[in-house]
Amino acid sequence: MAIRRLLIANRGEIATRIIRTCRQLGIETVLAASEADRQSLPARLADRTVCIGPARAADSYLKVGTIVQAAVGVGADAIHPGYGFLSERAALARLCEEHGVIFVGPTAAQLEAVGDKLRARGEAELADVPLAPGGPVASAEDALRMAGHIGVPLLVKAVGGGGGRGMKRVDRLDELPAAIALAAAEAGAAFGDARVYLERYVTRGRHVEVQVLGDGEGRVVHLGERDCSVQRRYQKLVEESPAPELSDRLRHRLHEAAVRFAARLAYRGAGTVEFLVDAERGAFYFLEMNARIQVEHPVTEAVTGIDLVAQQIAIAGGDGLRLEQADIRRQGCAMECRVNAEDPRRDFQPSPGRVSDVAWPSGPGIRVDTHIEPGSSVPPHYDSLLAKIVAHTPDRAATLALLRHALATTRVVGVATNLDFHATVLADREFETGGVDTGFVARLLARRAAAAEASPHG
Amino acid sequence: MSLTAKDVAEIARLLEESAFDELSLELDGLKLSLRRGADGDVRADPAVEAPPATVAPRAAAAAPATAAPRAAGDAGARDVTAPFLGTFYRAPKPGAAPFVEPGSQVEDDTIIGIIEVMKLMNTVRAGMRGTVTEILGRDGALVEYGETLLRVAPAA
Repeated sequence: MAIRRLLIANRGEIATRIIRTCRQLGIETVLAASEADRQSLPARLADRTVCIGPARAADSYLKVGTIVQAAVGVGADAIHPGYGFLSERAALARLCEEHGVIFVGPTAAQLEAVGDKLRARGEAELADVPLAPGGPVASAEDALRMAGHIGVPLLVKAVGGGGGRGMKRVDRLDELPAAIALAAAEAGAAFGDARVYLERYVTRGRHVEVQVLGDGEGRVVHLGERDCSVQRRYQKLVEESPAPELSDRLRHRLHEAAVRFAARLAYRGAGTVEFLVDAERGAFYFLEMNARIQVEHPVTEAVTGIDLVAQQIAIAGGDGLRLEQADIRRQGCAMECRVNAEDPRRDFQPSPGRVSDVAWPSGPGIRVDTHIEPGSSVPPHYDSLLAKIVAHTPDRAATLALLRHALATTRVVGVATNLDFHATVLADREFETGGVDTGFVARLLARRAAAAEASPHG
Repeated sequence: MSLTAKDVAEIARLLEESAFDELSLELDGLKLSLRRGADGDVRADPAVEAPPATVAPRAAAAAPATAAPRAAGDAGARDVTAPFLGTFYRAPKPGAAPFVEPGSQVEDDTIIGIIEVMKLMNTVRAGMRGTVTEILGRDGALVEYGETLLRVAPAA
């Protein structure tokens, strides 16, 4: 069934971005917005906006029944969940199925299979995808035995967690029982699932993920990888494609592993398989699969020239997967900075408020995904992402230069942003060389703090 | 014993798929009454008072509609707005008399309509005392969160 009217159950830049593709496809859009977002840019761009509840996400964007009711009420054929909020909630996919509304995403069963991190590990094993040594723990003795085998440092991870949430690092075996107890208690409170598992901690790992598209019948193609190692507390800040300083052989193995994993699930739609890469040893380990469109998808769109949201909609609407692997060519290098309303001088605290003035960069090779214009409000209820600035040129050095220039011409007035921090990252020699590990930002911040202490007037 | 919103939705679904037109369930301290409407839809009979807070704490059933001050021009009439998005019904069942009409006197707890969210029928109360001056919510139509359902001139 072709989708004619789509309800967007999200906000911010991703809502704006989905509307843009829908316009090109001739699909009517209805934005489901909270009270705080009624005046937002996507609310004005959408063909219609319905108010689904008050600002608090738990009373609006996170209400499964209300979202489906809104879709039925406005006569929408489909719901696009964006990322975050309900995007990976099996309950939404299921309720959509029950009401004959298309869920733009994988099946409820696939969401469950990848949402449970232990099940995902099991699927990875069956798909012959490498896993970091580890596994579930039933008792304290059990845990100590396994930890002895894995070695330290190791991570205690929540089965219901993901995206860096619900993890504890353990450096000494005698810390393990307490870490497990704490992790289980926190996981129970945060995810309603107190199960935890252990996994080896790779000290110098890189975060490399592979974008895939599946037709839901077992055919899967990949659209190359993204390196997202520039992270602060597991929150990605800079992403690029292709991953720099990676051998072609390792790159190829990553792509193949991601395709095997998704094909095993007969995955439907757009998804990302995340890996931890130990580039020095030429080894990699499965982390998790994200069953949604991701924040950093534009870098893949830039190098492949493929509109991932249009592909999602085509697959959901029953057109199947229109791409063959041979059709997908990757050209040049793309790099993205996430501009957040947060203050690096105050430990990256969110900085909500009103943007009194703003100037985004533009020009050849530059793409800006944003919902922020002069006068836009940044409500305190949601994540602080203001914009994604993406540069794309034939090679990494030129992309880096273009992105530096783009950031220098960007101006956001009224809220604090991490723009200066991005400039510092892009100017860093280690980053310029490429292939930094996930500890890069922490080291950079420590160096800056030390330098500030050494010269109190600087 | 309490029922969650999911339980009620499940019970409503069972009734809908059954050959019966009515279901009455009594658990200690809780009474739930469901009746199939003429259109085949299952809806809670608001005339039978189920303690809504117990029935559906998460769906915030029967949350009092918020009465917002009106802009000048309507001689002090206040808006009674939808406490959530859903399908608005003015009457307990199709063909029945509406809960209120222009001129009706309402108290804080007077039921002024029903909002259906995923087959769950939530009663909406006036949340103020006064006289209904105007009804804006259309029967069977989608109402958004915060949309004005009716206007009430507050009692002096």
